[in-house]
Amino acid sequence: MSADFVAGGQDLELESIRKEFPGFVAVDDLDLKIPAGEFFALLGPSGCGKTTTLRMIAGLETPSAGRILIGGNDVTDQKPHQRPVNTVFQNYALFPHMSVEENVAFGLKQRKVDNPQQEAQAALEMVELQHLAARRPQQLSGGQQQRVALARALVNRPALLLLDEPLGALDLKLRRQMQIELKAIQMEVGLTFLHVTHDQEEAMDMADTVAVMNHGHIEQMGAPEALYDRPKTAFVAKFLGQSNIFVGEVAEADDAKLAINFKGNRLAAPAARVEKTKGKVAIGVRPEKTSFHPEKPASDPAVNILGRGTITDIRFTGVSNQYQIEIPEVGEITVFAQNVGKSPVVELGAEVWVSWKVEHSFGLADLPTGEEEVAE
Amino acid sequence: MAFVALGPQAPVASQKPTKTGRVALYLLLPGLFYLGLFFLTPLFSLILTSLKAPSATGVIGRYDVALEIGNYGYALGQYAPQIFRSFSFALIATVIALAISYPIAYFIGVTARNRPLLKGMLLTLVIAPFFISMLLRTFAWKQIFSNDSWLLNTLKDIGLMGADSYIIGTDFAVIFGLVYNFIPFMTLPIYASLDRLDLRLVEAGHDLYANSFTTFRKITFPLSMPGVISGTLLTFIPISGDYVVASRDFLGSTDTAMIGNVVEANFLRIQDYPTASALSVLLMAAIVILVSAYVRRSGTEDLL
Repeated sequence: MSADFVAGGQDLELESIRKEFPGFVAVDDLDLKIPAGEFFALLGPSGCGKTTTLRMIAGLETPSAGRILIGGNDVTDQKPHQRPVNTVFQNYALFPHMSVEENVAFGLKQRKVDNPQQEAQAALEMVELQHLAARRPQQLSGGQQQRVALARALVNRPALLLLDEPLGALDLKLRRQMQIELKAIQMEVGLTFLHVTHDQEEAMDMADTVAVMNHGHIEQMGAPEALYDRPKTAFVAKFLGQSNIFVGEVAEADDAKLAINFKGNRLAAPAARVEKTKGKVAIGVRPEKTSFHPEKPASDPAVNILGRGTITDIRFTGVSNQYQIEIPEVGEITVFAQNVGKSPVVELGAEVWVSWKVEHSFGLADLPTGEEEVAE
Repeated sequence: MAFVALGPQAPVASQKPTKTGRVALYLLLPGLFYLGLFFLTPLFSLILTSLKAPSATGVIGRYDVALEIGNYGYALGQYAPQIFRSFSFALIATVIALAISYPIAYFIGVTARNRPLLKGMLLTLVIAPFFISMLLRTFAWKQIFSNDSWLLNTLKDIGLMGADSYIIGTDFAVIFGLVYNFIPFMTLPIYASLDRLDLRLVEAGHDLYANSFTTFRKITFPLSMPGVISGTLLTFIPISGDYVVASRDFLGSTDTAMIGNVVEANFLRIQDYPTASALSVLLMAAIVILVSAYVRRSGTEDLL
């Protein structure tokens, strides 16, 4: 009847999954493979289809087309209670008429496990809440409820654990703490975690692999470092961290580098870091890899230079200063400078030149539409 | 820490409730006055009457103030069958009404939740009977069930009823009428509970390996208990004292008389006011005992 217990996490495969609601397509022919035991984050703005994808995997939503496989078994037509999957819901969805322990033991009792109370106690110990086992969920704080929800799902040792923005309701400090704990628990139990979130820091911090989702499809997928270092689309470049992006016609392209003509300035990127070599190309750079200088730097083929501009805004964020530099005809550029004691002494209105190393540039496959700014 | 709590802050903490408490008291005054005048006074008068003795003058319908506890024994002994019948009918009708109302309430509150038009129409249908007097509606059923009605003739023609059998005046007719009259009182509170039911909890149940039946039994139904309790109380209590449906003028006969009918007869026809009052007090006491036992047993104090 119900799914068997599994020794460890299993892999998840989505084959051309599609979900249509009246009037719009929530998930558009999505293909995805998550290896067993991995911590996988599905990252995207609200309305991008990530929660719908998660609900289809849990069986709470029926896909319009496509197949879902868990550990190689097709579960597309299985009811939620038959799938070896458990969910930590966004609002926790703890049963208000049951004690914490009864909540945690619920799944075990349905599967007729021996000693459900004992197992539930062990799970509560893992999240350090054994002393609150007799309480009702509404008597707990948000962070405690979150742990109960986690224990209730984990105690079943699902092949796949789905987390639907589980930390969204917690305050920042608690959230950072839970991120660390969640990651530690995942490593300890070795289950496959699929974490849905709109918080890019959370996704990059916790996940082995991040898939950035937008408008029902995956824009880019990879290790957090790789995604951040080389975003391939304007959406990823803007949603995952910040980027300065410049669009211009290709001026030269060879095996080593690609350069565009950006309003009279030559901006280059290494050939290995560009997606497109013809026509109009967008070249970007991260603000922390950009620096500014009070004097015009000496011309250097390994450095991209833009200027002269004016500092229009300085924001102190603690570890770094964030500068907005307005360059006539070019637009606005963001620069982060770490506060390590030797940051250039500048004030609002100072005239500066901006530069970055060519090797830090990345070329995008598409052009920014302006919509990305809104998404963040 | 404890000393801090007992320190200068403590009086401040206790001052606020007193202030709001006084306002609440003022707001309560009209209600308390109303209750005192229109509930406690008649209740006191009722208890007084229930202890009266027949007038020494021997005039029928005249009674003197006394302490005639025996009135209660007499009422109990004389009308035990009607008392028993009242509570049996009330129990059976409540259970049937619950069985009929729960699916209706579930459909309106859960299935039709995202269809406001359908929901509004169904709710109107549930409430619509209130637009017509209960007496008229019960009288209509008397006509439908009467011996030469179209319904009975048809049933007799196709052999589902014997040629000389009847419906009016039977237990069936009375229980049917009671269920019919009280279905809205059962449906609306259950609907109110189910309408608030967080469907994500139901999803969580499915996610935790419970099939639809188990999810209903362990999650949906327990969470709708406040509605079920209110509904059953709003049905059981008035039915226990109902005197319209079971009366001979409507769907009942002398064989179906309930406490209400006996009280009515004693008050208005026989003019035996002490017995009628004693029966009323007994009915009230029995309901209070039954209801408090029921609410305690259902263990929903923290949900109510």
